[in-house]
Amino acid sequence: MKLVKIVLKNLFRHRLRTILTMLGIATAVMAFGLIRTVVGAWNAGVAASAANRMITRQSVSFIFPLPLPYRQQIARIPGVTGVSWANWFGGVYGDPNDFNDFWPRFAVDAETFYDLYPEYQVPADQLAQFRKERNACIIGRKLAAKHGFKIGDVITMEGDIFPGRWEWVVRGIYTGRDQTVDETQMHFQWNYLYEQVQQREPGRPVDAGWFILRVEPSDAMPRVATAVDEQFVNSRAPTKTETERAFQQGFVAMSSAIITSLQVISVVIVGIILLVLANTILMAVRERTREYAVLKTLGFSARHLIVLIFGESLLIAACGGLIGLALTFPMVAGFGQAMQAFFPIINVAPRTIALALSAALVSGIIAAFFPTVRVVRTPIVAGLRTVG
Amino acid sequence: MMRIPFSYIWRSLWARRLTTTLTLGGLALVVFVFAGVLMLAQGLQKTLVDTGSSDNVIVLRRAAGSELVSQIDRGMASVLETQPEVAVAQDGRPLLSREMVVVINLYKKTTNSMSNVTVRGVSPQALELRPGFHIVEGKPLQFGTHEIVVGRNIATRFKGVALGTEVPFAGDRWTVVGIADAGGTGFDSEIWADGDQVMQAFGRPVYSSATFRLRDAGSFDAVKARLQRDPRAQSLELKREQAFYREQSLPMATFITKLGIVVTIIFSIGAMIGAMITMYAAVANRVVEVGTMRALGFQRRSILVAFLAESMVLAIAGGAAGIGLASLLSFARVSTLNFASFSEVGFGFALSPGVITRAMIFAVVMGVAGGFLPAVRAARLNIVNALRAA
Repeated sequence: MKLVKIVLKNLFRHRLRTILTMLGIATAVMAFGLIRTVVGAWNAGVAASAANRMITRQSVSFIFPLPLPYRQQIARIPGVTGVSWANWFGGVYGDPNDFNDFWPRFAVDAETFYDLYPEYQVPADQLAQFRKERNACIIGRKLAAKHGFKIGDVITMEGDIFPGRWEWVVRGIYTGRDQTVDETQMHFQWNYLYEQVQQREPGRPVDAGWFILRVEPSDAMPRVATAVDEQFVNSRAPTKTETERAFQQGFVAMSSAIITSLQVISVVIVGIILLVLANTILMAVRERTREYAVLKTLGFSARHLIVLIFGESLLIAACGGLIGLALTFPMVAGFGQAMQAFFPIINVAPRTIALALSAALVSGIIAAFFPTVRVVRTPIVAGLRTVG
Repeated sequence: MMRIPFSYIWRSLWARRLTTTLTLGGLALVVFVFAGVLMLAQGLQKTLVDTGSSDNVIVLRRAAGSELVSQIDRGMASVLETQPEVAVAQDGRPLLSREMVVVINLYKKTTNSMSNVTVRGVSPQALELRPGFHIVEGKPLQFGTHEIVVGRNIATRFKGVALGTEVPFAGDRWTVVGIADAGGTGFDSEIWADGDQVMQAFGRPVYSSATFRLRDAGSFDAVKARLQRDPRAQSLELKREQAFYREQSLPMATFITKLGIVVTIIFSIGAMIGAMITMYAAVANRVVEVGTMRALGFQRRSILVAFLAESMVLAIAGGAAGIGLASLLSFARVSTLNFASFSEVGFGFALSPGVITRAMIFAVVMGVAGGFLPAVRAARLNIVNALRAA
């Protein structure tokens, strides 16, 4: 108990320095939390993918479409309990160079899409209305909030892949089942896309961008993948079928350089936490060399001194870490708002919290280690002789 | 005013070597990250902007943000060829390349994962149109065949791509006959093939874009205005090639810069606090010293300057160390998915004088901001109390 009191007293001897050190650690922990969260947000698509879905796309590249009749052939394969399809629409809304005006727009099959994606929750009456009207669309809750779209509003944009002026009426707003679901998408009827293109550019084929397969049980997936791909291997449009997770990972892997650099930065931050803390502890211990010698003469053992120094270091690290964590949440929220186009889903993961706190605490231990060794090894006489 | 000699500052730092080193290390790491982020954004932008040349014009379909979604039919391409502003190639034909851009998947050597690669089907004029694109190994591709030339980055990063190998895509096999060096531009991350062959293989009846050289770099507005009036060319949009590639780099560069700014602002607060801790400790340790100097006749202002100079020296040394570390990054090459072209582009960290200046200013500002309050405290010490402090 006495030792705790001494630790606290020591802590408040240089109040300004202690507070500054805590703040220094807090900012570093906050940066660490933010960067880990950004890396997590990058992987959000992978994390959100369902265990029972597979994606079939054109084998050369995702940008080439697949003939729509493939869906009947895919549906006949044992294990496949549902098939839907979608197309990337692209399009330019507002200012083409302003990323706040960008969100993912998909042409989806109105009948099957939401069955395969139960995480997009649409009220039943809105879904029924969406299915009835050709030019209806359903948008995510965050997208609606950001641009102030309400049910009944008309969204207009210029097409790029499918040229011309396009208009949709908002007939539904979906909410995510949980916070890992992207709520910034827009879905509209694939049939509308098909009919419009037929009218505007007669003769231009409109196919499916990719197929979404629901497979049960999940251990049938490798077999289904082979069965689907073998069926089309000699056709004009050979396919590649993979789990939704692998499909999403493919996108992440292409930007792996950015993720690696972010991870390097997060390691550098831990180094900075360590340097700030080590500096403070070192200064504190140096100033108190004589005191420690006095304590030793009074009969305090090496163990007591270890507790004193480590206690102070860990206490500063813990306080700094907690303040930093508390700041991380508003920081991530603000950052997520500013970068919504890049990171539709951004949440602080429990793992990030644990990592940030342990980084601070481990720094606390390392920072205290060398000064402690020095204090314990310094002979009493030498310590008493030291001029501060 | 009597100035405190610089050697005093220097020796003070030296006397507390370990603390000095730790603070310097912290500052260096912060500057390293700051400079690294700037270099990355700069490298990406440089790669893409250098891809375009100032007297080339790229033609896309209106509202098409990238070549991938653009379409130009043969008729429109012919209209372009007849414009008087188009330069003439060595063979006497218009210096215009009709191009077809698609994306295919290849496996990366390092991670064994698939990545998107741009395949550009070109006209024979393409090489003359882009003088920066040199074949460094092998030979140029033979038009009318399934021969391809690959950029340097493709050859080094992707599996099964080397001189003489066959790369399968679009149901055909394509022989690599040449490796090209495009001087670090975006073309280093592309595969070039005969445009007509690519169109046939992918079953596409239309081009993606057309690029031509201007006879006179100043005639861009003239040709643009004429085509705007031409009823056959209503769906076309003309851009200077350089401006087009700058737009292409925008999403990714914006992303890197935004993220970088947020990170460095947080970092610099941390480093400022670090410098402040060190300087406050330096002042606290030297109260008697400061009192003695004041008694010797040094003025408050001299003390202020001395302590500020001390933190500046720390900051400058830290900044130089950080930039030194960051300069090592210029040996590294990274690649990432470019959102705009939906394919992977390889680029390096570019250390430019601008980056160095900005990083150095950043370091000095941190030093001054961190050292100012402690220096004020030192300057305001009362002589008598300070001398008694021991």
